[in-house]
Amino acid sequence: MKSFMEEVAATPGGENIRACIQCGMCTGSCPAANKMEFPPRKIIAMIRAGMRDEVLSSNSMWYCLSCYMCTVRCPQDVKPTELAHALESLANQQGFRVKGTRTPAMYRSFVSSIKGNGRVHEVGIMLRYYLMTNPLAALKMWSQGLKLFVHKRMPLMPNKVKGKQDLAKIIQKFTEIRTT
Amino acid sequence: MKYYCYFPGCSAEATAVGLGVSVQAIAKSLDIELIELEDWTCCGSTPYGSLDKLESILIAARNLALAEKTGLDLVTPCPSCFLTLHQANLYLKEHPQLATQVNEALAVVNLIYHGGVQVRQLIEVLYHEVTPEVIASKVKLPLNGLKVAPYYGCQMVRPDYGFDNPESPQSLDRIVESLGAEAVPYPLKNRCCGGALIIPEEDLALGLIRKLLGNAAENGAQCITTVCPLCQMNLDAYQGSVNSKFKTNYNLPVLFTSQLIGLALGLDPISLGLNTNIVSPRKVLDSISKVMLEAKSGT
Ligand code: SF4
Ligand code: SF4
Repeated sequence: MKSFMEEVAATPGGENIRACIQCGMCTGSCPAANKMEFPPRKIIAMIRAGMRDEVLSSNSMWYCLSCYMCTVRCPQDVKPTELAHALESLANQQGFRVKGTRTPAMYRSFVSSIKGNGRVHEVGIMLRYYLMTNPLAALKMWSQGLKLFVHKRMPLMPNKVKGKQDLAKIIQKFTEIRTT
Repeated sequence: MKYYCYFPGCSAEATAVGLGVSVQAIAKSLDIELIELEDWTCCGSTPYGSLDKLESILIAARNLALAEKTGLDLVTPCPSCFLTLHQANLYLKEHPQLATQVNEALAVVNLIYHGGVQVRQLIEVLYHEVTPEVIASKVKLPLNGLKVAPYYGCQMVRPDYGFDNPESPQSLDRIVESLGAEAVPYPLKNRCCGGALIIPEEDLALGLIRKLLGNAAENGAQCITTVCPLCQMNLDAYQGSVNSKFKTNYNLPVLFTSQLIGLALGLDPISLGLNTNIVSPRKVLDSISKVMLEAKSGT
């Protein structure tokens, strides 16, 4: 059986994990490190130690802001940002449900909006997201949404894109043939 | 006149409509023609890539394949769209087996991608091809005396594309100066605003936004400029939330760089979408009309 380390290295974005020398530059540069259960350097150590469930059920990667500070500073070209995305996709595909972060729900609403409309439609994303998480919290967002709406920045209806049928077709075909 | 294939990105048509309209408004004056990519969809996006990187690359590849047919460079004003399309381009080059599968899927809708598109961000085109010198030569209303904090954020300069220094970027400073304005020192200019996590993790993002506003204010900025739709949204639409959460009273208009350029080119504020900015840009407009009045009375 594949080790967890091998599994991560075989996931798109996780390719360079073996090069890590545990210097801690990533964690020191990370604006979200103090929110993460395990900051970037530590999570790499845990992957090496084979702590699969602890890593994939943690909130760490879901706090990544994709700021790429770690990526430009890492002396080993590990690309911790891409690694965080790789862990998110593994956790998502394998059905890990993480407590204490609503980010996965937000991302899932985002992706279904794109699949449905071909483009990002914020109102639709928000509706889905709040239905999935906490419909009451939507009230808190109301004033923010209204501000954007009166400034003509919140179209209620999605744009109609011809390409959206194309998207469904290519995604279907790709799902049949992809090997990773 | 230079021609480019133009990818607006989803935000430029919705939450960042001020970006979309101001880019189109300044293009003509700067002798560039942006021809919108027909039938484009979402770029592929970071959240999509977080859940399924390869499927996000597939979506990017459809846009790239459409762009390739035009034979032009693909230019986008959005740093996040740029990052996604650019990275997809690189990843497909490095992974020929994936490229074959992606093309097999694209064939279903009669498309093929050969890997020949050059993806660029608009700010890089303005900096390298139009150049600050030429922009300066077209300025009609110099923004003299206006103190601007140039905010780069993350994905405009990171990961390192070789365009500007990811740790201490300069391109926006030069463009701000080419308009006659002053680029104030802004130590946090390349730090993160919280990005899309403003929705699920508001506390984390508001803390970061507060630091960015504070750092601009303490360096004497009268406004902030950025090219990124997400940064603009967080600093502008959430400035009120920062003020109520931290008992501060920041009042810093956040203008897209294309809006600032448009003002200096003498374009009408409404055509630049300044009515869609949430923190009122009145201060900025007042300082420009002062310059105009002084210029008139001086002659
Ligand atoms: S900066 Fe790079 S090498 Fe250093 S701990 Fe982080 S991932 Fe490992
Ligand atoms: S890209 Fe993610 S992990 Fe890296 S420094 Fe930024 S927030 Fe932290």
